Amino acid sequence: MNSSKSGAADLEVNAVKKTFGSHAAVDELSFSVPHGSFFSILGPSGCGKTTLLRMIAGFIQPDSGDIRIGGRSMAGVAPNQRPVNMVFQQLALFPMMNVAENVAFGLARRGVGRLERLRKAEAMLERVGLGGAQGKRVDELSGGQRQRVAIARSLVLEPTLLLLDEPLGALDLKLREHMKIELKQLQAAFGTTFVYITHDQSEALVLSDHVGVMNAGRFEQLGSPQSLYYEPTTPFVAGFVGSSNRVTGRVAALSHGIATIATDDGWLLEARVRDSLVVGHSAIAFVRPEAATLARAAADLPSTQRSHVGRVDSLLFDGANSAVLIRESKSNLEFRVALPQTGQFSDLIPGELIHFAFDPERAVCFIAGASR
Amino acid sequence: MIDTGQNWRGRAVLLLLLAPAVLWLLLTIILPHADLAMVSIRERVAPREYVNSLAQYRTFFTEPLYWHVFVRTALVSAVSTLITLLIAFPVAWTIAKIAQGRKATLLFLVCLIPFWVSETVRTLGWMILLRESGVLPALLVKLGIAAAPPELLYHDATILVGLVYTSLLFMVVPLVNSLETLDNSLIEAAYDLGAGAFSVLRDIVIPHAAPGITAGCIVVFMLTLGNYLTPNLLGGTSSQWFTEQIYNQFITRFNWEQGAAFGFLLLGLSTTIVWLGLKASGQRFADVMRRA
Repeated sequence: MNSSKSGAADLEVNAVKKTFGSHAAVDELSFSVPHGSFFSILGPSGCGKTTLLRMIAGFIQPDSGDIRIGGRSMAGVAPNQRPVNMVFQQLALFPMMNVAENVAFGLARRGVGRLERLRKAEAMLERVGLGGAQGKRVDELSGGQRQRVAIARSLVLEPTLLLLDEPLGALDLKLREHMKIELKQLQAAFGTTFVYITHDQSEALVLSDHVGVMNAGRFEQLGSPQSLYYEPTTPFVAGFVGSSNRVTGRVAALSHGIATIATDDGWLLEARVRDSLVVGHSAIAFVRPEAATLARAAADLPSTQRSHVGRVDSLLFDGANSAVLIRESKSNLEFRVALPQTGQFSDLIPGELIHFAFDPERAVCFIAGASR
Repeated sequence: MIDTGQNWRGRAVLLLLLAPAVLWLLLTIILPHADLAMVSIRERVAPREYVNSLAQYRTFFTEPLYWHVFVRTALVSAVSTLITLLIAFPVAWTIAKIAQGRKATLLFLVCLIPFWVSETVRTLGWMILLRESGVLPALLVKLGIAAAPPELLYHDATILVGLVYTSLLFMVVPLVNSLETLDNSLIEAAYDLGAGAFSVLRDIVIPHAAPGITAGCIVVFMLTLGNYLTPNLLGGTSSQWFTEQIYNQFITRFNWEQGAAFGFLLLGLSTTIVWLGLKASGQRFADVMRRA
């Protein structure tokens, strides 16, 4: 990451490797996280992100490489000695203690006096919006409140780094959306560096300053949410971040960085080349549903773009995320196009003929099968 | 109306299902105890002539020997329970938290196997090992640690060894049960928040396992207090176990009245001790029994 040059990196991971048997869970990974930023590691389950997080926390020792936190190497430093705290996936609040005792637990371990630590715990609970909940039992709290206690319990220790292991995973959808915003606000208010792991791309995009997309023990791409979304550098990232239509075919023509791809059935479409594709290569193209525009007549589409035609397969109503599934006429492939927010085309009927087009600059293509 | 009808049927089914347990309790526990209670509150004033009196109970409190034996039995049982807990805890921890899958089952089996042999045979095994002409004294002589084979039987320590050995499984089972339900992430979270091994044990593991610990202690304490065979065989005549006093009254002296009174005193006193233990550790009986 280029911002690591600024000097104030709270976390530096250098060529860290961890293998289980013959399987490299984390493979020669290097990155750094600048002070005060929100960094997410996004990847499917089994990609090694949990192993990476547990190595940063100190629960697992890397086979090779170095982890530096706040400029200090963590080799041989036990988890209870690291300036790092973790919010666990199931939160792991202590059921044998009340809320205030949970928050004060870490302070007590540091030898802070009883009155002082209860005062600090109270102030921290106040800051996360749980004033007055000190005496409650953990199981009396709602999901969102427990979440806040878990974060308060860590932040009260003023760690250099707060690690979060998919803490929103156990919440229902509505609360998850709410807690996403709350997490972002908390991070901004405290200014603590957050390292967050998730398999939910929406969480990563909404929350983070920087995201590392992880696959098979490596980072496929590291960058801002915008760059991952608009400028994916690998087919994996293009497919994993956001939703995309995926079309495979052969490169029929190439000009000014735009490839014309022909499917086996002769459907031609254009996309921006993101790697060293040449004519004749088999290629995979990714087109975002919101990149395409719809029209009932081909003449209504932008004249500079190649127009496509298909029949409406089904209408997927989901409020602002509504889309239409189209069967492209030549290839019979399914193609998803987002419906405009204006409510236009919400009257489409299955079976109806529909034209669509997209700007090739907003579609990307890669060598097929190049994904690691 | 329909509801009431179903209610009645439900109750009838419940009664039928409970019948074996109720009969068992009634015939083997309540009836004999009721009879013993009757026996314990009578006094023989002349041949075949009895009056109601509390003389048997008075004897226990006025005769220092009986008191002495009871206190000794209770103390040795308490020490034995504590030692059992200290030995069983690491064993239970290994089975519940460290060993995985088949290994855990195997370890559990190792704890269980000695109980396939009858208690008498097991205790006799200890005697073969420990008696003056036994295996261990011979080994001590051979190794030059002792000049002559020492008598290892008939000491208090021998009784303790036998009692702990007999009770171990009854402590391991509730401990394993309660430790298995402890979420590992709680331990990690405590560690992450700066706790050391001692703090994790004191603040997380023991509070979580407290009902299991208490359940194991109650079961072991009661079994030890009421044990007759082990103290008698390993301690010989010097064992001075309270159950021996009861046996003597019933069988040797044929004084059923006194024996019955001792039986009730043992029941009452051990219940009191357990109740005090529950109060002192702040545990609730219902929680504890669920873990046992």
